[in-house]
Amino acid sequence: MLERAVAAIRGTGHRVVNAVWRMGYASRFFLAVLTHSGMSFRRFNLTIKEIYFAGVLSLIIILVSGLFVGMVLGLQGYETLQKYGSESALGTLVALSLVRELGPVLAALLFASRAGSAITAEIGLMKATEQISAMEMMAVDPIARVVAPRFWGGVISMPLLAAMFSAMGVFGGYLVGVVLIGVDDGQFWAQMQTAVDFRHDVLNGVLKSFVFGIAVTAIALFEGYDAPPTAEGVSHATTRTVVTSSLAVLALDFILTAFMFRGM
Amino acid sequence: MPSENLVEIRSLDFAYDVRPVLQGIQMDIPRGKVVAIMGLSGCGKTTLLRLIGGQLRPSAGEVKVAGQAIHTLEPDALYRMRRRMGMLFQFGALFTDMSVFDNVAFQMREHSALPESLIRDLVLLKLEAVGLRGAHDLMPSELSGGMARRVALARATALDPMLMMYDEPFAGLDTISLGVIGNLIRHLNDALGATSIVVTHDVQESLKIVDYVYFMSAGRVIAQGTPAEIRALDTGFVRQFVHGEIDGPMPFHYPGAAYAADLALEPAHA
Repeated sequence: MLERAVAAIRGTGHRVVNAVWRMGYASRFFLAVLTHSGMSFRRFNLTIKEIYFAGVLSLIIILVSGLFVGMVLGLQGYETLQKYGSESALGTLVALSLVRELGPVLAALLFASRAGSAITAEIGLMKATEQISAMEMMAVDPIARVVAPRFWGGVISMPLLAAMFSAMGVFGGYLVGVVLIGVDDGQFWAQMQTAVDFRHDVLNGVLKSFVFGIAVTAIALFEGYDAPPTAEGVSHATTRTVVTSSLAVLALDFILTAFMFRGM
Repeated sequence: MPSENLVEIRSLDFAYDVRPVLQGIQMDIPRGKVVAIMGLSGCGKTTLLRLIGGQLRPSAGEVKVAGQAIHTLEPDALYRMRRRMGMLFQFGALFTDMSVFDNVAFQMREHSALPESLIRDLVLLKLEAVGLRGAHDLMPSELSGGMARRVALARATALDPMLMMYDEPFAGLDTISLGVIGNLIRHLNDALGATSIVVTHDVQESLKIVDYVYFMSAGRVIAQGTPAEIRALDTGFVRQFVHGEIDGPMPFHYPGAAYAADLALEPAHA
């Protein structure tokens, strides 16, 4: 009985120590990526290639999702607003929801599952097939050559993707609200223009997506780099990337929102 | 005058966490020679290569390459040293997102400011040496195992290294590819004026091409000599290994409980 209790306590301690150790390792990894970022900018074509893989190839899923989210917002928003006779505020509702929250958050979640998982799997497999080791033996630092360009590719792509998600969403809301249901065209745009503040709403949204981009890409890279070099290890790491970065995005969103929009 | 040994290993110990992998290793790799390190899978051969390449740090003792203790080098000096080393990984470790040409050109582009036209000539030269000039625009996924190994060989020799290391170059190859790779290792070594270390468990193929052999078992060097001396050795383990006998000092069975007890044929002793 006593032995079991001791074993349980020891097990818990072991897991906690491991978790703390891993967080420390992740922080050091993140620092190493930042300090080895010189090459990503000196040879910017390396980063551009990663912007293509992380950003351009995510465009379809981002644009299509944005369109549908905007259309749903249009439908639901109209449904509620017309009860109070204020369907002319539909443009404001669609734009503010997208620019402040849904654009950055949903784009980041989609980015985590589309690009983040791919980054983890790629780095994990490069490690499993000794490509990372081979690069080290060829006197090329894999953090600078492989990891950092992917990091900056992701960080640069994320705000652009979020902006396109929001733009597509506004267009979807316009399609449903104005073209389909018949809300007044001029009201829709005019109200949106007055209500959406560039600094307070748009810039804050961009800032959010920038932070999400850092979080998602850093988690994806770390999970890939830290994955055990086996098929099972890489598959677990890919799953962890999607789960951890999604939770991180939602938690960060709450914190950022609390700072940006409190009492406004 | 440079010492006649390119690599010198003195009382080297290495452990992963607390599990000892290498104990008291002494080795000399003379310049210009092809030296084989043989032993069963898991006896610490690959670990030894990683120690020579500076990817791992010894727990005790030292590894000297070209007169410099490799684990004391600063990262910059270590990278400068690695530019003069080439390593062939077990399955080639080609970069899967680059063509054969770009794989071989990788180090030249990273470490030199050579014009692209010159790099092209050099890469084709290296590929010609392994007989794969015609395959330069293929992707690694389109190559057979033996071809991938040859491309990796061309890539490893791209900067004309002074030290070549081979990690199981013969693993998983058909008999023809086996002979091809064996010959390439010997010829490239002599043509480049390099020194080669071949880690392998393929006795027959490597005894044909090497100058000297170290035998390892359970993290220790247990025998050494020229191929002729090794063939003539009649001590238990080496004899079992060289002639591929099933039972001998290295038992066929993994240690476990008594067979009869495991099958519950007799009551296990409490």
